[in-house]
Amino acid sequence: MSLASGTARALTRPAPATAAAGLRDTLHAEWTKLRTAPGTIGLLAAAVALTVGVSVATAAATRCPAAGCGQDPARVSLTGIYLGQVVVAVIAVLAISGEYSSGMIRTTLAAMPRRTTVLAAKAVLVTSLMLVAGTLAVLGSLLAGRLILPGHGFTAAHGFAPLSLADGPVLRAAAGSVLYLALIALLSLGAAAAVRDSAAAIGIVLGLLYLFPIVAAVVSDQHVQRHLQQIAPMTAGLGIQATIGLRNLPLSPWAGLGVLAAWAAGTLLIGGLLLRLRDA
Amino acid sequence: MTTTTAAPDRAATRAEHGSFGDLLRAEWTKFRSVRGWVIGMVVAGLVTVLIGLLSAVGSHTSCNGGPCHFLYPVGPGGEAVTDSFYFAHRPLTGNGSITARVTSLTGLLPTTSNGRVHAGPQSGMHPGLEPWSKAGLIIKASTRQGSAYAAMMVTGGHGVRMQYDYTQDVAGLPGAVTATSPRWLRLTRAGDTVTGYDSADGRHWTLVGTATLPGLSSTVQAGLFATSPAYNMTTAQGMLGMSGTGGPTLATGVLDHVSLLGGQPVGAWSGTLIGGGPSAATPVQGGGYHRAGGTFTVTGSGDIAPDTPGGAGPGQTLDHTLVGAFAGLIAVVVVGTMFITAEYRRGLIRTTFAASPRRGRVLAAKAIVIGSVTFAATLVAAVVAVPLSSRLLRGNGNYLYPVTTLAEVRLVAGTAAMLAVAAVLALAIGALVRRSAIAVTVVIVAIVLPYLISVTNLLPAGADQWLLRLAPAAAFSIQQTIPNYPQAGNLCSVASGCYPLAPWAGFAVLCAWAAAALGLAVFVVRRRDA
Repeated sequence: MSLASGTARALTRPAPATAAAGLRDTLHAEWTKLRTAPGTIGLLAAAVALTVGVSVATAAATRCPAAGCGQDPARVSLTGIYLGQVVVAVIAVLAISGEYSSGMIRTTLAAMPRRTTVLAAKAVLVTSLMLVAGTLAVLGSLLAGRLILPGHGFTAAHGFAPLSLADGPVLRAAAGSVLYLALIALLSLGAAAAVRDSAAAIGIVLGLLYLFPIVAAVVSDQHVQRHLQQIAPMTAGLGIQATIGLRNLPLSPWAGLGVLAAWAAGTLLIGGLLLRLRDA
Repeated sequence: MTTTTAAPDRAATRAEHGSFGDLLRAEWTKFRSVRGWVIGMVVAGLVTVLIGLLSAVGSHTSCNGGPCHFLYPVGPGGEAVTDSFYFAHRPLTGNGSITARVTSLTGLLPTTSNGRVHAGPQSGMHPGLEPWSKAGLIIKASTRQGSAYAAMMVTGGHGVRMQYDYTQDVAGLPGAVTATSPRWLRLTRAGDTVTGYDSADGRHWTLVGTATLPGLSSTVQAGLFATSPAYNMTTAQGMLGMSGTGGPTLATGVLDHVSLLGGQPVGAWSGTLIGGGPSAATPVQGGGYHRAGGTFTVTGSGDIAPDTPGGAGPGQTLDHTLVGAFAGLIAVVVVGTMFITAEYRRGLIRTTFAASPRRGRVLAAKAIVIGSVTFAATLVAAVVAVPLSSRLLRGNGNYLYPVTTLAEVRLVAGTAAMLAVAAVLALAIGALVRRSAIAVTVVIVAIVLPYLISVTNLLPAGADQWLLRLAPAAAFSIQQTIPNYPQAGNLCSVASGCYPLAPWAGFAVLCAWAAAALGLAVFVVRRRDA
């Protein structure tokens, strides 16, 4: 089938034009599928709502006692990312697995035989969606933290300024959290492309996120613990939210986000290879 | 034509009256004939064992590069105990009693600044008491650590207590001891029984408790003691877990009107520092006693209590050998969800419901099949993982807290049961939402995230404890192998294998969630088009 369509395409159009038009058309096609798929809008709204909701609840429950506290106000107000990221992962997994479960993938690949381009188009769209939704979620969470935390002991007297994006570390935490959500989406997309089934894909993603910190918590050897934290996609990646106590992080904030980026690149690479090599 | 119309009739009648056993067999055939599901169950068992082994391999405990030579005293009940205090004592042969009046309990705490404890010489300490700092009377089988005892004491924050054999704790008169409100304490020995009394005035005595110390020798050590547990402070919270610092503390009790009656009190008073030294897993500050006329001043450091995880001492709990159950959980939840969502995706559900129209029974059969398969697979994994990983942990120089056989059996079987119920919950949620990605996410997040939040101290203290009472994650309490002892004074944290609910109560919470979800699924599936 791919031979037939390839021949037909070669006869009708010059190759370079096909590649350029192919990407634009593919993006358009993928965008149409993504926005019309049942649940995408609802899940995006849930990701934003859960992130902000959990952040608000955490900020409301956190107190900085008079004796001083070791808590990081930026991190406290961005706690919702822990829950929001799983919805982000579901959206990204469904962007691919949904097509496999309905059989749509065969139509997609028949219409757009360049499978890498299809995956790239999905990656671009999912990333863009997550950047938009992530920005909303992060800004909402930080705004809640800015309004709530000063009333709970995070005052100038304890050495805390109100959260503000003009503050370098807070800006890094905010922008980094948005990037974190986008990278989680890419990681999930790669995993879904590799295993096709949505239940298995989301299981693998949640396993990658959750297992490292749990194992690190029970390992008694400090060095092994630190190494586990350094390679863990969630622990290392969320280091980007730290605005105080950077010395105690397993990796510097940007290096930590780099670890997550490496995981995302790795799963996308495996997913892309399997997508190319395997029958749909 | 007639044959084709007759056949469905007969099939329908048989299905209507078909036994539940047939339904179970049908669901079992479906399960075992899908290769991915069988592989998923095998993977669940394998990762449970392998992650436990890997985490054991990564757990080395060493002291200055060599093996540790800590002493871990064991109490009369076989449990790990802390037994460090200062003991001013005289031998007591036969029955008798000891009485004293406590007029003051004071103490010294390590000074902290910038989150660091200035441990070391007493010059760096400031006055203060730990809630479980204590001083009073004790009758102890011998001066060996871990030997049986019964004690009446005043404490820093818990009033008068009678404690015996490390695990037992009975409350007496409330309130702190001062010079104006002294506390009179008395211990009476008769055979194997030691009875504790307290009094505010030395005339009106109240019985606090009666301790039976089986096999108590004829000659015991009776006298005065003081001890004070280590001060622990949380310095940092967040993604990396909790890091704490602490240091030894001191308590000083002043006792007068000391009388040792009955039996044959032979020999003079002598002072012994029980515990301490380089072999103590928890550092202590030392102590001593001073006698001026009839007034004794006893100063001590340490604790007489069960040794529970989460204190300053090193050690691992047996549930760490089953940390791989989290990975196994993810695998069984994936399989449990697919066991129903795959039927919806492939349209097989319509055939299933046509063959057995009583949909509630279909869901029940599915729940029994997936629950039993999960229990069997993960039970095998747990039976293999616990002994293998504990061997590895001990070989790597780790101290494992001793547990009773009952607790070990509960850990192994309970973990398998927890995974089985989790698979049923996944099946129910899968039947409700019919989309596997969402069902898997909901179940895994509901079970694993509260645990993770608690283990990494993400939420303020208290909030995570409530999550572990209410969320399906409560079931992890079935893995608790060391009971909670309030008098141990340690933080009860998930990282040290301590949960807010009792083992079976926590498991019941997960069962309630699964039952509610399954009931709702039956209700919805009956009313909905397949």
